Amino acid sequence: MSARLHRSRWSRGVERLFELGIRLGGFAAVVLLSGIMLFVVGEAWPFLLGRFDAIEFFTSTEWFPDSVVKVRYGALALFVGTLSVTALAMVAAVPVGLLGAIYLAELAPPRVREPGKIIIELLAAIPSVVWGFIALTVVSPLMVSVLDLPVGLNVANGALVLALMSLPVIISLGEDALRAVPDSYREAAEALGATRWETTTRVVVPAARNGLLAAVLLGVSRVVGETMAVLMATGHSVRIPHSIFDPVRTLTATIAAELGEAPKGGEHYRALFTIGLCLFVITFVINWLADRLIRRAAHRV
Amino acid sequence: MLRPALLITLLLTACRGPSDRVVVQNKGSDTMVNLAQAWAETFVLTHPRMAVEVSGGGSGTGIAALIQGSVDIANSSRAIRPEEADAAFKRHGRKVVAHMVALDALAVFVNSANPTDSLSFEQLACIFGEGGTCESWSDLGVTVPGCRDNQIVRVSRQSNSGTFQYFRETVVGPKKDLRLGSLDLNGSSETIRLVETTPCAIGYVGMGYLSPRVKPVCVSSGPDQPCVPPTALTARRHEYPITRPLFMYTLENPTDAQRVFLDWVGSAEGLRVLEHTGYVAVEPVVASGEAQ
Repeated sequence: MSARLHRSRWSRGVERLFELGIRLGGFAAVVLLSGIMLFVVGEAWPFLLGRFDAIEFFTSTEWFPDSVVKVRYGALALFVGTLSVTALAMVAAVPVGLLGAIYLAELAPPRVREPGKIIIELLAAIPSVVWGFIALTVVSPLMVSVLDLPVGLNVANGALVLALMSLPVIISLGEDALRAVPDSYREAAEALGATRWETTTRVVVPAARNGLLAAVLLGVSRVVGETMAVLMATGHSVRIPHSIFDPVRTLTATIAAELGEAPKGGEHYRALFTIGLCLFVITFVINWLADRLIRRAAHRV
Repeated sequence: MLRPALLITLLLTACRGPSDRVVVQNKGSDTMVNLAQAWAETFVLTHPRMAVEVSGGGSGTGIAALIQGSVDIANSSRAIRPEEADAAFKRHGRKVVAHMVALDALAVFVNSANPTDSLSFEQLACIFGEGGTCESWSDLGVTVPGCRDNQIVRVSRQSNSGTFQYFRETVVGPKKDLRLGSLDLNGSSETIRLVETTPCAIGYVGMGYLSPRVKPVCVSSGPDQPCVPPTALTARRHEYPITRPLFMYTLENPTDAQRVFLDWVGSAEGLRVLEHTGYVAVEPVVASGEAQ
């Protein structure tokens, strides 16, 4: 009797301890993340109050942060660069990724599914510098010789590399979402006489919609935030592209290439943090839109 | 039961290495990274009690690290700026000392299919400089086989590169910017690789990086100046117009370890390594002096 009582008191203590641990963990995550946010805003703030000229920043393509003649911070070309590479990468990666996820989750026989998943997840482990190197040494010469382009480092090359990098995320999370749909749904559909195609498109995919959307969005964040691979694959050239075969420069690659040199606390340094802040806002808007989409879709059903 | 413990002890000892090993931290210029690495590797063969750790990142990055105090020796392919030297003095109370360790010809090069043999500073400014109007190889009177629209693809470097800054100051002019729209790559070997496979391209690197699959052109500094190819000989004689010194910067009164390494770099052994990597010795061998 006393032993049992002792144990229950002890286990209650352990439970308290765990609860406290989880609370602290969650609290730490919130504090750390807001700390990072505050740090970025803080580093950008003096620039935003002083030298920052919204019209120049958002409408000029003249990015001359270390000019010997006249320093100019026109980031329009960088925004267009990020937007064009991201959009093209998603156009390529979303359909392929979702179809791949559907194949692996619904159609592939087990002896294909397991090795397939492992191989795709291995792709996610390739460092981004290696992807950049492949873009430079394999894709670029191919683009020049096969497509007869003046330069092989461009939007299309960057988008291709980014699409390949985001596919593992989309496929693997998408597959998880589809597999999470209870088998009773599939059984019910089949009992009603639905074919496998109808079951997949009318029952399983709609049921996994939120998870699939999350998979796509994580793919987008991977693409927007990627640095080294795009630095090498896009050509890192400040200009407004006229076609998908023009080089561009992205927001992230600009920060990566220039932050090491910009004197800490200087104007250039703060301008780069302002770009970082813009990336924050972009990601926030994407997530907020996604949240609204999911809610609206949930209402409709 | 003893075995895992023994193994861990062995591993720890192996990782720690000789406990009295002195490490010299060396960082900076991407142009000099191969050279500094070759020096470091040969140096430790005769100095087993010492190690030199080399990393790249660009001249500006190396000098910034020297100011921060995170490296002992900064490699730079451009001279330190007065404000950088001041910042280091303010922080450490010691002046920055320059050690000129080598000469380098900054080679301008094109794809091997390109028939261009020579370029003047004026033509280079027209291609790379702000306000320049040379967009097509036709503007220079050549047609490049395999190059669509005969368009010039300008390959430049990121802005913390000493190579970039030396090129800008010397070729385009001290008070001029490079034109936007160039491909600003992050390293010399990337520049070489891109130009090797891109017929339209033109780029510049330190001559130690040139590969047989690209074509360096001869460069003239003015209309009535001779056109000089980038070679060890023309660099040594200062005939090549974009010959530049390569520096190692330390704070004054370097530690014994730093001094031993820098003295060795200027020794016959150091010179042998230098020439093997494709750079050119300075006379006198290591010229040291206060920066500025």
